[in-house]
Amino acid sequence: MNGTTTPTVSVKGLWKIFGPAEHRLVGSADEALTSAELRQRHASTVAVRDVSFDVQPGEVFVVMGLSGSGKSTLIRCLTRLIEPTRGEILLDGEDIRKADAVRLRELRRRRFSMVFQHFGLLPHRRVIDNIAFGLEIRGDDKPTRYARAQEMLSLVGLEGHAGSYPDQLSGGMQQRVGLARALAVDPEVMFFDEPFSALDPLIRRDMQNEVLRLHHEVGKTMVFITHDLAEALKLGDHVVIMRDGLIVQAGRPEDLVGAPADDYVADFVRDVPKSHVLTLRWVMREARPDDQLDGPEFPPRTVIRTAVHAAAATDKPIRVVDDGRLLGVVDRAQILAAIAGLEDG
Amino acid sequence: MRGSKLWRLAVGATVAGLVLAACSAGGGGSKEPVKIAINPWVGYEANAAVVAYLLETELGYTVEKKTLKEEISWQGFETGEVDVIIENWGHPDLEKTYIDEKKVAAVAGETGNVGIIAWYVPEWMVQEYPDITDWNNLNKYADLFKTSESGDKGQFLASDPTFVQNDEAIVANLGLDFKVIFSGSEASSVKALQQAAAQKTALIGYFWDPHWLHAQIKLVPIKLPPYSDECYADPKKIDCDYPQYALNKIVSKKFADTGGKAYELVKNFTWTNDDQNLVSDYMTNQDMTAEEAAKKWVDEHESTWKAWIP
Amino acid sequence: MAAPALPLASLEWRTSRRFWGVALLIVSAILFVALRNQWLLPHDDDAEFFKSLNGLRDWVDANRSSNLVFVLVVNTIRLSIAGLFDLLQGILIGLTWPGVTVLAGAIGLIFAGRRMAVVMVAGFLAFGLLGLWESSLDTLALTLGAVVLSLAMGIPLGILAGRSDRFQSVITPVLDVMQIMPTFAYLAPMALIFLIGPPAAIIATLIYAIPPAIRITALGIRGVSGTSVEAAVSLGSTRWQVLRKVQLPMAKRTIVLGVNQTIMMALSMVVITALIAAPGLGLDIVQALERVNVGVAFDAGLAIVIMAILLDRLATRASQRVDVRTRSGAAESTRQRRVVVLGAVGVTVVAVIVGQLVAGDGTFPDALRITFREPVNTATAWVEANLFGLTNALKNAVTGVLLNPLQTILTTSPWWLVGLVAVVAAFIVSGLRPAIVTAVCLLGLIGLQLWQHGMETLASVLVGTAITLLVGLTLGVLSARHDRFAAVLRPILDAAQTMPSFVYLLPAIALFSATRFTAIVAAVIYAAPPVIRLVEDGIRGVPATVVEAATAAGSTPRQLLWKVQLPMARRSLLLAANQGIVLVLAMVVVGGLVGAGALGYDVIAGFAQREDFGKGLAAGVSIVLLGVMLDRITQGAGGRPTGPGRPVAVVPPGTTIQAGVTGA
Repeated sequence: MNGTTTPTVSVKGLWKIFGPAEHRLVGSADEALTSAELRQRHASTVAVRDVSFDVQPGEVFVVMGLSGSGKSTLIRCLTRLIEPTRGEILLDGEDIRKADAVRLRELRRRRFSMVFQHFGLLPHRRVIDNIAFGLEIRGDDKPTRYARAQEMLSLVGLEGHAGSYPDQLSGGMQQRVGLARALAVDPEVMFFDEPFSALDPLIRRDMQNEVLRLHHEVGKTMVFITHDLAEALKLGDHVVIMRDGLIVQAGRPEDLVGAPADDYVADFVRDVPKSHVLTLRWVMREARPDDQLDGPEFPPRTVIRTAVHAAAATDKPIRVVDDGRLLGVVDRAQILAAIAGLEDG
Repeated sequence: MRGSKLWRLAVGATVAGLVLAACSAGGGGSKEPVKIAINPWVGYEANAAVVAYLLETELGYTVEKKTLKEEISWQGFETGEVDVIIENWGHPDLEKTYIDEKKVAAVAGETGNVGIIAWYVPEWMVQEYPDITDWNNLNKYADLFKTSESGDKGQFLASDPTFVQNDEAIVANLGLDFKVIFSGSEASSVKALQQAAAQKTALIGYFWDPHWLHAQIKLVPIKLPPYSDECYADPKKIDCDYPQYALNKIVSKKFADTGGKAYELVKNFTWTNDDQNLVSDYMTNQDMTAEEAAKKWVDEHESTWKAWIP
Repeated sequence: MAAPALPLASLEWRTSRRFWGVALLIVSAILFVALRNQWLLPHDDDAEFFKSLNGLRDWVDANRSSNLVFVLVVNTIRLSIAGLFDLLQGILIGLTWPGVTVLAGAIGLIFAGRRMAVVMVAGFLAFGLLGLWESSLDTLALTLGAVVLSLAMGIPLGILAGRSDRFQSVITPVLDVMQIMPTFAYLAPMALIFLIGPPAAIIATLIYAIPPAIRITALGIRGVSGTSVEAAVSLGSTRWQVLRKVQLPMAKRTIVLGVNQTIMMALSMVVITALIAAPGLGLDIVQALERVNVGVAFDAGLAIVIMAILLDRLATRASQRVDVRTRSGAAESTRQRRVVVLGAVGVTVVAVIVGQLVAGDGTFPDALRITFREPVNTATAWVEANLFGLTNALKNAVTGVLLNPLQTILTTSPWWLVGLVAVVAAFIVSGLRPAIVTAVCLLGLIGLQLWQHGMETLASVLVGTAITLLVGLTLGVLSARHDRFAAVLRPILDAAQTMPSFVYLLPAIALFSATRFTAIVAAVIYAAPPVIRLVEDGIRGVPATVVEAATAAGSTPRQLLWKVQLPMARRSLLLAANQGIVLVLAMVVVGGLVGAGALGYDVIAGFAQREDFGKGLAAGVSIVLLGVMLDRITQGAGGRPTGPGRPVAVVPPGTTIQAGVTGA
């Protein structure tokens, strides 16, 4: 995850405008107008406004925002389910906006796939045929696709449900089918459009863990849309926060919690248990001469919560060490403050 | 999978076989069938029933009957759907188009029936108001005929738009205090007359003879000024009675040329109003089918029809 | 942000609506009194305009066999459809009566199960026993021909309309007009272009039956969950793959519903095409009518009802089994099915062979007969003899109190006053677009030279609709509240919707004479069933929790009805009103047959007499104009979109037998 590798997905200056002014607006002076003004003056809505970001190979990239923030439009622009107004979308360096209908289908059939909020299963097909659907439309023969679908079925833990129909399954199980269907085509990138927001909280947690597990096992690059901050922080290697079509802040989860870019983000992260997200780096202070420097040692990217036990077992401050270099120390007071969620300044 | 294909093939073949068998069985027939239009009144059907019965039993033809309104029957001469109209009431405009201009039809003689169109009232009214049968007295009784439809005038019940009707002109030109209401169909007129007789309600309306209703209830015609050609010169100025129609038969040109004995029989067919009313009565009031009625009449009137057989 | 202001605004609008309504009423009343009998547009049977339309007819007549379009296109269409009919008829006749009966049972068995098989066999035997075997088969052949063509064209068009907004918005007004157009109005042009006989009948039926096929298919395609389509696209499906693997399978149930509707509509129209020389049961009814024999007409009507029930139940049960069957999917049941199918085919073959050997020409043996002529005629005679006093008084009362005053107002007001009131009322009730449509329609009426007759017809239609709604509301509320009442009423409604109106016209004339009121009665019988059903559905559709809450708050049943159920069923009620008007209007022409005069009579006259062709054509168009106008006004009142998204019209939801829309 250093800057030298080519990003799997790279988005540059992406715009999406709905309404009659779609193609007039970008680049004109009016593009800076607020949403309300645009609606009034042009009867148009800017859903995605000059968005750029890179998704590195193998990472989980989360786009977080409330409804109406443009995140669903954004993810659909990436696969051109919605045609973007302007901008560049590079998949491994190939501009998919330049792909013609045939090439685009080819990309969809082999390179990326998508999991939907409301599952999008086909009620008239059995589970196994739903999972094999992507393979079927790209022309794989029956034995191949059933073997692959069977494999996916066990991967998502639905062995024995091959012959069921979607409406005979619970919501969580249906989304596992959706997941298996997206995995079946062995894509390079998987897009998730709020996949768990229609599920009960407990099942949602299960499914989040399932995604983490799958990510670990199959190592796909994932772009994940959610309106749930906890989900974003839990899953994301990188998170961007969108509002009114704009990216408000981008960074690692701890960056968002530790240093919100503006009041909007701050408001969001206020109730996040900081000790679960922030790393020691965020709470350490410089070692003072009177510190006892023989306490437990942790790398700076350790989440605070992990260090609690060690801190409790000793009076000495915890040393934050990176590559054998002492960056700073954390003592109990700071850990307690983080757990209590205090703004310690 | 292979089993399923074979199976489908088997079922398909059987069904196809069935269809073929059905089709081959459906065909057949030797002589060209005679297509008789059936205009929608019973007197017409009586003519058609007897002619059809004789064509089938005496000459061995098959007959196709097609129920059609008058004008549409004439169209049928052109399309080949119709060979014979067996009772035609006038229609000079149609005769001009199809006989003179298009040359697809021809007259095949008269039926012997005389068509009478008149204004009728139920018998009870005549018993109660004996002088009502003279048109001069109609205004005196106009109030009797008031209905919810006619406002402050008396109601005159005209009939089906298919028929020749000059009542609006006659009412206006004779200065009668009546409003013409169209019953819209023969059935409506019949029902209205039946109810007028049964419920003893006042009714005056357009009706005609021959018609089976005369065998069921007694209707009395009103005396209008006598018919004259001058009176009929301008349709807007008619102020006299309807003419009497000598009903005739119309056939398609093709049938006239190639119909052989069937055409001869149609051409020879001629009988009286009483004959027709009898057969009509069988069909309507004695619940016989057209065939049954025709058979009964044919069995009883051999001397009449023997002369028609070529 | 603006949310708190909204209710206030709508309240203001509502009170101001009321204010403007009252103001309009007062102003127009004053104008009416002052300007009565001025600016009239009196009727003239011999208007030049009508004669110029006659010219059109004469042109067609003269050029039919020489004009290239007629020779190449029209004739080809006519001949191929004639061929289709002959084929179907030939097959049915060739199979012989035992063959057809057993085949019907076999179809019932294969597609809908054992009980349906029994019902099918019983139904087909009934056709024979009623002495109507050949007529029934002719009607069946015509219906099948029209249905095959309707579906072959309607489903693809429906798919197109379901997938393309532009096509949908183009075809919707066309379908609207097709559905509002009274069936009789296009029989005459049909006969003019395609001549008489089965081909013209099938094409006329096609025009009548295709709208639901298109509409419901489009509805089904549009009803497919967007996510499923999106998911398929995201996996790289082509448009064709999306259609074949996602949209069609998922819309299948809805499309089968459309097929069912199409069959029912076709059957009801086929009956009417007897007037342009189509064979079948309709012809039997027309003949019975001409002999004024209700009993004979009843037998034929009964056969039609039976056929409607058979086709409806078959299609409904078949569509229900579509799911069950794909579900059970196991190999064993497939094998079982094969045995059933093979058995059924085998028995049918045997029956055909037996039929060929025994039944000779394939017709039903004469010895077996059941008829309801006697009892029906006796009952009718009794009713006609004994109820006349009562019914006559009722007729006079309604005519005197409602119909005549309304007609007087409409026909003696200055034409621009009527137009102004209608346009302003349309604007107040429904907004700008319906107001414009109203203006255009009324101007069209003037242009067609039929203002006077149009106003007379409008008066009858308004009174008829009022009575229909009164009946519909009363019976609908009763059925929604009493299950037993609903259970008794349902088969009566089925019969009233399916029984061709020709059958009950005669007793109606006997009881109410040849009058406008008779036409209104026929229209009410015809239009009330769907209205009753919509009202019942609407009230039953009120969520149980709301009813519970109101009951818990101590509502009496009456309060529950007036304060909760009726207001909440508002949309259904408005839809019912809309349907009521459209259906009453459909009966205007039939009204012309029983003494209602005006536009209905003009259409019939145009159909019967060549010199009245122009007037009849213009009258047919006028009825459509009135229909479009009333439809748009009432639709707007329901707050329903009048654009492409318009719901399926003339097809009330949740009803079983839909033959309903019988024009006759």
